[in-house]
Amino acid sequence: MIHFNKDTFDNTLAEGKLMMVDFWAEWCGPCQMLGPVIESLAEKYEGKAVIGKVNTDEEGPLAMRYTVMNIPTVIFFKDGKEIDRKVGVMPPDVYIQVLEQNL
Amino acid sequence: MSWDIIILGSGPAGLAAAVAARCRDKNVLVIGNRWQDSPLAKAELVDNYPGLPGLTGPELLEKFVTHASTLGAEFVVGKALSLLVWNGFSVTVGSQVYQGRALVLAPGVVRAAKYPGESEYLGRGVSYCATCDGMLYRNKPVTVVGLAPDAPLEANYLKSLGCQVVYVSPHRPQGLDGGIPYVQAGRLAIHGEQAVTSLEADGTSIPCAGVFILRRAVAPTDLLPALETEGGVIKVDRSMSTNLPGVFAAGDCTGGALQVSKAVGEGHVAGLSACEYLDAL
Repeated sequence: MIHFNKDTFDNTLAEGKLMMVDFWAEWCGPCQMLGPVIESLAEKYEGKAVIGKVNTDEEGPLAMRYTVMNIPTVIFFKDGKEIDRKVGVMPPDVYIQVLEQNL
Repeated sequence: MSWDIIILGSGPAGLAAAVAARCRDKNVLVIGNRWQDSPLAKAELVDNYPGLPGLTGPELLEKFVTHASTLGAEFVVGKALSLLVWNGFSVTVGSQVYQGRALVLAPGVVRAAKYPGESEYLGRGVSYCATCDGMLYRNKPVTVVGLAPDAPLEANYLKSLGCQVVYVSPHRPQGLDGGIPYVQAGRLAIHGEQAVTSLEADGTSIPCAGVFILRRAVAPTDLLPALETEGGVIKVDRSMSTNLPGVFAAGDCTGGALQVSKAVGEGHVAGLSACEYLDAL
Protein backbone atom coordinates (compact mmCIF):
# COMPACT_ATOMS: atom_id res chain seq x y z
CA MET A 1 0.00 0.00 0.00
CA ILE A 2 1.23 3.43 -0.94
CA HIS A 3 1.37 6.50 1.32
CA PHE A 4 0.95 9.24 -1.25
CA ASN A 5 2.44 12.68 -1.20
CA LYS A 6 1.52 15.29 -3.81
CA ASP A 7 4.16 14.16 -6.33
CA THR A 8 3.55 10.41 -6.10
CA PHE A 9 -0.18 11.04 -6.15
CA ASP A 10 -0.04 13.20 -9.28
CA ASN A 11 2.30 10.79 -11.07
CA THR A 12 0.02 7.84 -10.36
CA LEU A 13 -3.05 9.84 -11.35
CA ALA A 14 -1.39 10.71 -14.68
CA GLU A 15 -0.94 7.02 -15.43
CA GLY A 16 -4.73 6.76 -15.55
CA LYS A 17 -5.01 3.46 -13.68
CA LEU A 18 -7.85 2.58 -11.34
CA MET A 19 -7.01 4.17 -7.97
CA MET A 20 -8.59 3.95 -4.56
CA VAL A 21 -7.35 6.58 -2.12
CA ASP A 22 -8.18 6.76 1.58
CA PHE A 23 -7.98 10.31 2.98
CA TRP A 24 -7.29 9.92 6.69
CA ALA A 25 -5.55 11.32 9.76
CA GLU A 26 -4.02 9.84 12.87
CA TRP A 27 -6.34 11.50 15.38
CA CYS A 28 -9.42 10.09 13.67
CA GLY A 29 -10.79 6.92 15.31
CA PRO A 30 -12.95 5.80 12.39
CA CYS A 31 -9.87 6.19 10.13
CA GLN A 32 -7.83 3.90 12.42
CA MET A 33 -10.62 1.37 12.20
CA LEU A 34 -10.77 1.47 8.42
CA GLY A 35 -6.96 1.25 8.01
CA PRO A 36 -6.66 -2.58 8.11
CA VAL A 37 -9.46 -2.91 5.55
CA ILE A 38 -7.66 -0.59 3.12
CA GLU A 39 -4.39 -2.49 3.65
CA SER A 40 -6.04 -5.82 3.01
CA LEU A 41 -7.70 -4.54 -0.17
CA ALA A 42 -4.36 -3.12 -1.33
CA GLU A 43 -2.90 -6.64 -1.06
CA LYS A 44 -5.87 -8.29 -2.70
CA TYR A 45 -5.91 -5.93 -5.70
CA GLU A 46 -2.15 -5.63 -6.16
CA GLY A 47 -1.39 -5.32 -9.86
CA LYS A 48 -5.03 -4.54 -10.70
CA ALA A 49 -5.63 -1.26 -8.91
CA VAL A 50 -3.45 1.25 -7.08
CA ILE A 51 -4.64 1.50 -3.50
CA GLY A 52 -3.15 4.00 -1.11
CA LYS A 53 -3.63 6.59 1.57
CA VAL A 54 -3.30 10.36 1.88
CA ASN A 55 -2.61 11.79 5.33
CA THR A 56 -4.71 14.98 5.34
CA ASP A 57 -2.48 16.41 8.05
CA GLU A 58 0.64 16.19 5.92
CA GLU A 59 -0.96 16.70 2.51
CA GLY A 60 -3.55 19.38 3.23
CA PRO A 61 -3.55 20.82 -0.32
CA LEU A 62 -4.42 17.38 -1.80
CA ALA A 63 -7.37 17.08 0.59
CA MET A 64 -8.45 20.60 -0.34
CA ARG A 65 -8.12 19.94 -4.06
CA TYR A 66 -10.70 17.17 -3.73
CA THR A 67 -12.75 19.08 -1.10
CA VAL A 68 -12.41 16.33 1.48
CA MET A 69 -14.50 17.63 4.39
CA ASN A 70 -14.92 14.43 6.38
CA ILE A 71 -12.44 11.71 7.16
CA PRO A 72 -12.23 8.95 6.32
CA THR A 73 -13.23 9.67 2.74
CA VAL A 74 -12.29 7.12 0.09
CA ILE A 75 -12.09 8.48 -3.47
CA PHE A 76 -11.86 6.33 -6.60
CA PHE A 77 -10.09 7.58 -9.74
CA LYS A 78 -9.82 6.23 -13.26
CA ASP A 79 -8.25 7.83 -16.34
CA GLY A 80 -7.12 10.63 -14.03
CA LYS A 81 -10.65 11.57 -13.00
CA GLU A 82 -12.72 11.02 -9.87
CA ILE A 83 -15.34 8.35 -10.56
CA ASP A 84 -16.79 7.77 -7.08
CA ARG A 85 -16.35 8.61 -3.41
CA LYS A 86 -17.48 7.04 -0.14
CA VAL A 87 -17.70 9.22 2.96
CA GLY A 88 -17.25 7.65 6.39
CA VAL A 89 -16.63 4.03 7.31
CA MET A 90 -18.51 1.74 4.93
CA PRO A 91 -18.88 -2.05 4.94
CA PRO A 92 -15.84 -3.48 3.04
CA ASP A 93 -18.15 -4.82 0.31
CA VAL A 94 -18.99 -1.26 -0.70
CA TYR A 95 -15.35 -0.58 -1.67
CA ILE A 96 -14.97 -3.99 -3.30
CA GLN A 97 -18.05 -3.36 -5.43
CA VAL A 98 -16.69 -0.09 -6.84
CA LEU A 99 -13.31 -1.72 -7.54
CA GLU A 100 -14.86 -4.74 -9.28
CA GLN A 101 -17.11 -2.55 -11.44
CA ASN A 102 -14.17 -0.52 -12.68
CA LEU A 103 -11.39 -3.10 -13.14
CA MET B 1 -8.32 -3.67 22.81
CA SER B 2 -10.56 -6.67 22.41
CA TRP B 3 -13.56 -8.11 24.24
CA ASP B 4 -15.80 -11.15 23.82
CA ILE B 5 -18.94 -9.04 23.71
CA ILE B 6 -19.46 -5.37 23.01
CA ILE B 7 -22.74 -3.94 24.25
CA LEU B 8 -23.94 -0.66 22.79
CA GLY B 9 -26.16 1.00 25.36
CA SER B 10 -25.90 1.43 29.12
CA GLY B 11 -29.59 1.27 30.03
CA PRO B 12 -31.50 -1.65 31.57
CA ALA B 13 -31.25 -3.88 28.46
CA GLY B 14 -27.51 -3.37 27.98
CA LEU B 15 -26.78 -3.81 31.68
CA ALA B 16 -28.90 -6.98 31.90
CA ALA B 17 -27.02 -8.38 28.89
CA ALA B 18 -23.74 -7.52 30.64
CA VAL B 19 -24.82 -9.31 33.84
CA ALA B 20 -25.90 -12.42 31.90
CA ALA B 21 -22.66 -12.56 29.91
CA ARG B 22 -20.47 -12.00 32.98
CA CYS B 23 -22.26 -14.92 34.68
CA ARG B 24 -21.06 -17.02 31.71
CA ASP B 25 -17.56 -15.65 32.26
CA LYS B 26 -17.37 -13.71 28.99
CA ASN B 27 -15.56 -10.41 29.09
CA VAL B 28 -17.83 -7.54 28.32
CA LEU B 29 -17.50 -3.91 27.33
CA VAL B 30 -20.50 -1.63 27.70
CA ILE B 31 -20.38 1.51 25.56
CA GLY B 32 -22.96 4.16 26.32
CA ASN B 33 -23.78 7.57 27.65
CA ARG B 34 -23.53 8.32 31.38
CA TRP B 35 -26.37 6.51 33.14
CA GLN B 36 -27.44 9.90 34.52
CA ASP B 37 -28.29 10.87 30.93
CA SER B 38 -30.57 7.89 30.35
CA PRO B 39 -34.25 8.73 29.84
CA LEU B 40 -34.94 6.37 32.78
CA ALA B 41 -32.91 8.69 35.03
CA LYS B 42 -35.76 11.21 34.64
CA ALA B 43 -38.41 8.79 35.95
CA GLU B 44 -39.68 9.87 39.36
CA LEU B 45 -41.14 6.48 40.20
CA VAL B 46 -40.87 3.01 38.68
CA ASP B 47 -43.49 0.92 40.40
CA ASN B 48 -43.90 -2.04 38.08
CA TYR B 49 -40.49 -3.68 38.38
CA PRO B 50 -41.04 -6.94 40.29
CA GLY B 51 -39.46 -7.15 43.69
CA LEU B 52 -38.17 -3.59 43.82
CA PRO B 53 -41.23 -1.36 44.19
CA GLY B 54 -41.13 2.33 44.95
CA LEU B 55 -37.74 3.16 43.48
CA THR B 56 -36.99 6.21 41.38
CA GLY B 57 -35.50 5.76 37.90
CA PRO B 58 -32.02 6.87 39.02
CA GLU B 59 -32.11 4.52 42.04
CA LEU B 60 -33.01 1.55 39.86
CA LEU B 61 -30.41 2.43 37.22
CA GLU B 62 -27.69 2.82 39.81
CA LYS B 63 -28.47 -0.66 41.16
CA PHE B 64 -28.19 -2.11 37.64
CA VAL B 65 -24.89 -0.30 36.98
CA THR B 66 -23.43 -1.39 40.32
CA HIS B 67 -24.48 -4.99 39.73
CA ALA B 68 -22.92 -5.15 36.27
CA SER B 69 -19.69 -3.47 37.30
CA THR B 70 -19.37 -5.58 40.48
CA LEU B 71 -19.54 -8.65 38.24
CA GLY B 72 -16.66 -7.26 36.18
CA ALA B 73 -18.32 -5.61 33.20
CA GLU B 74 -16.15 -2.80 31.82
CA PHE B 75 -17.54 0.57 30.76
CA VAL B 76 -16.69 3.25 28.24
CA VAL B 77 -18.67 6.47 28.43
CA GLY B 78 -19.25 7.90 25.00
CA LYS B 79 -21.02 7.47 21.71
CA ALA B 80 -20.38 4.66 19.24
CA LEU B 81 -19.67 6.73 16.17
CA SER B 82 -18.98 4.08 13.57
CA LEU B 83 -18.97 0.33 13.36
CA LEU B 84 -17.15 -2.05 11.09
CA VAL B 85 -17.87 -5.73 10.55
CA TRP B 86 -14.49 -7.16 9.63
CA ASN B 87 -12.89 -10.05 11.52
CA GLY B 88 -15.46 -9.50 14.25
CA PHE B 89 -16.75 -6.08 15.19
CA SER B 90 -14.89 -2.80 15.61
CA VAL B 91 -16.49 0.23 17.22
CA THR B 92 -15.07 3.73 17.42
CA VAL B 93 -15.74 6.06 20.31
CA GLY B 94 -13.97 9.38 19.84
CA SER B 95 -10.50 8.49 18.66
CA GLN B 96 -10.48 5.02 20.28
CA VAL B 97 -11.26 1.72 18.57
CA TYR B 98 -12.74 -1.22 20.52
CA GLN B 99 -13.03 -4.74 19.16
CA GLY B 100 -15.41 -7.54 20.00
CA ARG B 101 -16.46 -10.93 18.67
CA ALA B 102 -20.18 -10.47 19.31
CA LEU B 103 -22.38 -7.40 19.52
CA VAL B 104 -25.47 -6.54 21.52
CA LEU B 105 -27.43 -3.48 20.41
CA ALA B 106 -29.29 -1.87 23.31
CA PRO B 107 -29.28 1.86 22.56
CA GLY B 108 -32.89 2.55 23.57
CA VAL B 109 -35.14 4.59 21.33
CA VAL B 110 -32.91 6.18 18.71
CA ARG B 111 -34.65 8.03 15.96
CA ALA B 112 -33.07 7.64 12.56
CA ALA B 113 -34.90 10.74 11.22
CA LYS B 114 -32.62 13.26 9.54
CA TYR B 115 -32.88 17.00 8.97
CA PRO B 116 -33.70 18.28 5.48
CA GLY B 117 -30.41 18.51 3.55
CA GLU B 118 -28.50 16.34 6.05
CA SER B 119 -27.92 13.28 3.87
CA GLU B 120 -27.51 15.38 0.74
CA TYR B 121 -24.62 17.39 2.23
CA LEU B 122 -22.87 14.57 4.10
CA GLY B 123 -19.26 14.84 3.01
CA ARG B 124 -19.86 18.38 1.78
CA GLY B 125 -20.18 20.17 5.09
CA VAL B 126 -22.25 17.87 7.28
CA SER B 127 -20.23 16.04 9.92
CA TYR B 128 -20.99 13.83 12.90
CA CYS B 129 -17.55 13.96 14.52
CA ALA B 130 -15.80 17.09 15.77
CA THR B 131 -12.62 15.21 16.73
CA CYS B 132 -12.39 13.64 13.24
CA ASP B 133 -13.27 16.53 10.99
CA GLY B 134 -12.68 19.64 13.11
CA MET B 135 -9.21 20.25 11.68
CA LEU B 136 -10.66 20.43 8.17
CA TYR B 137 -12.76 23.43 9.27
CA ARG B 138 -10.02 25.50 10.92
CA ASN B 139 -10.74 29.23 10.75
CA LYS B 140 -14.12 28.57 9.17
CA PRO B 141 -17.62 29.35 10.45
CA VAL B 142 -19.40 26.23 11.68
CA THR B 143 -22.63 25.48 13.52
CA VAL B 144 -22.95 22.76 16.13
CA VAL B 145 -26.35 21.14 16.46
CA GLY B 146 -26.21 20.02 20.07
CA LEU B 147 -28.55 17.13 20.83
CA ALA B 148 -26.26 15.20 23.20
CA PRO B 149 -25.12 16.02 26.74
CA ASP B 150 -21.46 16.12 25.66
CA ALA B 151 -22.11 18.30 22.59
CA PRO B 152 -20.98 21.52 24.37
CA LEU B 153 -17.54 19.92 24.94
CA GLU B 154 -17.22 19.16 21.24
CA ALA B 155 -18.28 22.73 20.41
CA ASN B 156 -15.62 24.05 22.80
CA TYR B 157 -13.06 21.80 21.09
CA LEU B 158 -13.98 23.22 17.67
CA LYS B 159 -13.57 26.75 19.02
CA SER B 160 -10.13 25.82 20.39
CA LEU B 161 -9.12 24.73 16.88
CA GLY B 162 -9.99 28.20 15.59
CA CYS B 163 -13.43 27.46 14.16
CA GLN B 164 -16.01 30.26 14.47
CA VAL B 165 -18.70 28.29 16.28
CA VAL B 166 -22.41 28.97 16.70
CA TYR B 167 -24.25 26.50 18.96
CA VAL B 168 -27.82 25.57 18.08
CA SER B 169 -30.09 23.42 20.23
CA PRO B 170 -33.66 23.24 21.49
CA HIS B 171 -32.55 23.63 25.14
CA ARG B 172 -29.92 25.85 26.73
CA PRO B 173 -26.68 23.84 26.97
CA GLN B 174 -24.56 23.36 30.08
CA GLY B 175 -20.81 23.76 29.92
CA LEU B 176 -20.67 25.75 26.71
CA ASP B 177 -17.71 28.13 26.32
CA GLY B 178 -18.95 31.66 27.09
CA GLY B 179 -17.47 32.92 23.82
CA ILE B 180 -19.74 30.70 21.70
CA PRO B 181 -23.04 32.30 20.66
CA TYR B 182 -26.09 30.16 21.43
CA VAL B 183 -29.21 30.04 19.26
CA GLN B 184 -32.29 28.33 20.63
CA ALA B 185 -34.04 26.46 17.82
CA GLY B 186 -35.54 23.08 17.04
CA ARG B 187 -36.70 23.23 13.43
CA LEU B 188 -33.56 22.91 11.34
CA ALA B 189 -32.64 22.54 7.68
CA ILE B 190 -29.30 22.49 5.92
CA HIS B 191 -28.82 24.56 2.78
CA GLY B 192 -26.02 24.80 0.28
CA GLU B 193 -24.91 24.72 -3.30
CA GLN B 194 -21.80 22.64 -4.02
CA ALA B 195 -21.25 22.53 -0.26
CA VAL B 196 -23.04 23.72 2.86
CA THR B 197 -23.61 27.48 2.97
CA SER B 198 -26.03 27.87 5.87
CA LEU B 199 -28.12 26.28 8.60
CA GLU B 200 -31.73 27.39 8.83
CA ALA B 201 -32.80 27.47 12.48
CA ASP B 202 -36.48 28.20 13.16
CA GLY B 203 -36.55 30.28 9.98
CA THR B 204 -33.34 32.22 10.65
CA SER B 205 -30.41 31.58 8.34
CA ILE B 206 -26.98 31.09 9.95
CA PRO B 207 -24.20 31.23 7.34
CA CYS B 208 -21.60 28.46 7.82
CA ALA B 209 -19.24 26.13 5.99
CA GLY B 210 -19.91 23.16 8.23
CA VAL B 211 -22.71 21.73 10.35
CA PHE B 212 -21.72 19.31 13.12
CA ILE B 213 -24.80 17.29 14.10
CA LEU B 214 -24.15 15.72 17.50
CA ARG B 215 -26.92 13.36 18.56
CA ARG B 216 -27.17 11.25 21.73
CA ALA B 217 -26.52 8.10 19.73
CA VAL B 218 -26.03 7.02 16.14
CA ALA B 219 -29.02 4.99 14.94
CA PRO B 220 -28.25 1.24 14.70
CA THR B 221 -29.28 1.26 11.05
CA ASP B 222 -26.70 3.99 10.36
CA LEU B 223 -24.02 1.97 12.17
CA LEU B 224 -25.05 -1.26 10.40
CA PRO B 225 -26.76 -0.46 7.07
CA ALA B 226 -27.54 -4.16 6.50
CA LEU B 227 -29.51 -4.44 9.77
CA GLU B 228 -33.10 -5.52 9.14
CA THR B 229 -35.93 -3.51 10.70
CA GLU B 230 -39.68 -3.92 10.80
CA GLY B 231 -42.07 -1.05 11.52
CA GLY B 232 -39.15 1.20 12.51
CA VAL B 233 -37.64 -1.14 15.11
CA ILE B 234 -34.90 -3.76 14.90
CA LYS B 235 -36.24 -7.14 13.81
CA VAL B 236 -35.32 -9.93 16.25
CA ASP B 237 -36.39 -13.50 16.93
CA ARG B 238 -37.03 -15.03 20.35
CA SER B 239 -33.30 -15.46 20.92
CA MET B 240 -32.89 -11.71 20.28
CA SER B 241 -30.87 -12.49 17.16
CA THR B 242 -30.97 -9.93 14.37
CA ASN B 243 -30.54 -10.84 10.70
CA LEU B 244 -26.75 -10.34 11.06
CA PRO B 245 -24.59 -13.16 12.49
CA GLY B 246 -23.24 -12.31 15.93
CA VAL B 247 -25.47 -9.24 16.32
CA PHE B 248 -28.21 -9.28 18.95
CA ALA B 249 -30.63 -6.56 20.03
CA ALA B 250 -32.64 -5.87 23.18
CA GLY B 251 -34.77 -3.28 24.88
CA ASP B 252 -36.63 -0.30 23.44
CA CYS B 253 -34.80 -0.59 20.09
CA THR B 254 -36.80 -3.76 19.34
CA GLY B 255 -40.15 -2.04 20.01
CA GLY B 256 -42.75 -1.77 22.80
CA ALA B 257 -43.55 -2.16 25.64
CA LEU B 258 -41.04 0.52 26.57
CA GLN B 259 -40.69 -0.75 30.12
CA VAL B 260 -37.70 -1.63 32.31
CA SER B 261 -38.77 -5.22 32.99
CA LYS B 262 -39.25 -5.94 29.29
CA ALA B 263 -35.82 -4.44 28.50
CA VAL B 264 -34.16 -6.45 31.28
CA GLY B 265 -35.72 -9.71 30.08
CA GLU B 266 -34.66 -9.11 26.50
CA GLY B 267 -31.20 -7.99 27.56
CA HIS B 268 -30.75 -11.18 29.55
CA VAL B 269 -31.72 -13.34 26.57
CA ALA B 270 -29.52 -11.30 24.21
CA GLY B 271 -26.55 -11.71 26.57
CA LEU B 272 -27.03 -15.47 26.77
CA SER B 273 -27.50 -15.76 23.02
CA ALA B 274 -24.27 -13.82 22.44
CA CYS B 275 -22.48 -16.31 24.75
CA GLU B 276 -23.93 -19.26 22.86
CA TYR B 277 -22.86 -17.69 19.57
CA LEU B 278 -19.30 -17.30 20.86
CA ASP B 279 -19.19 -20.86 22.24
CA ALA B 280 -20.17 -22.21 18.83
CA LEU B 281 -17.53 -20.21 16.91
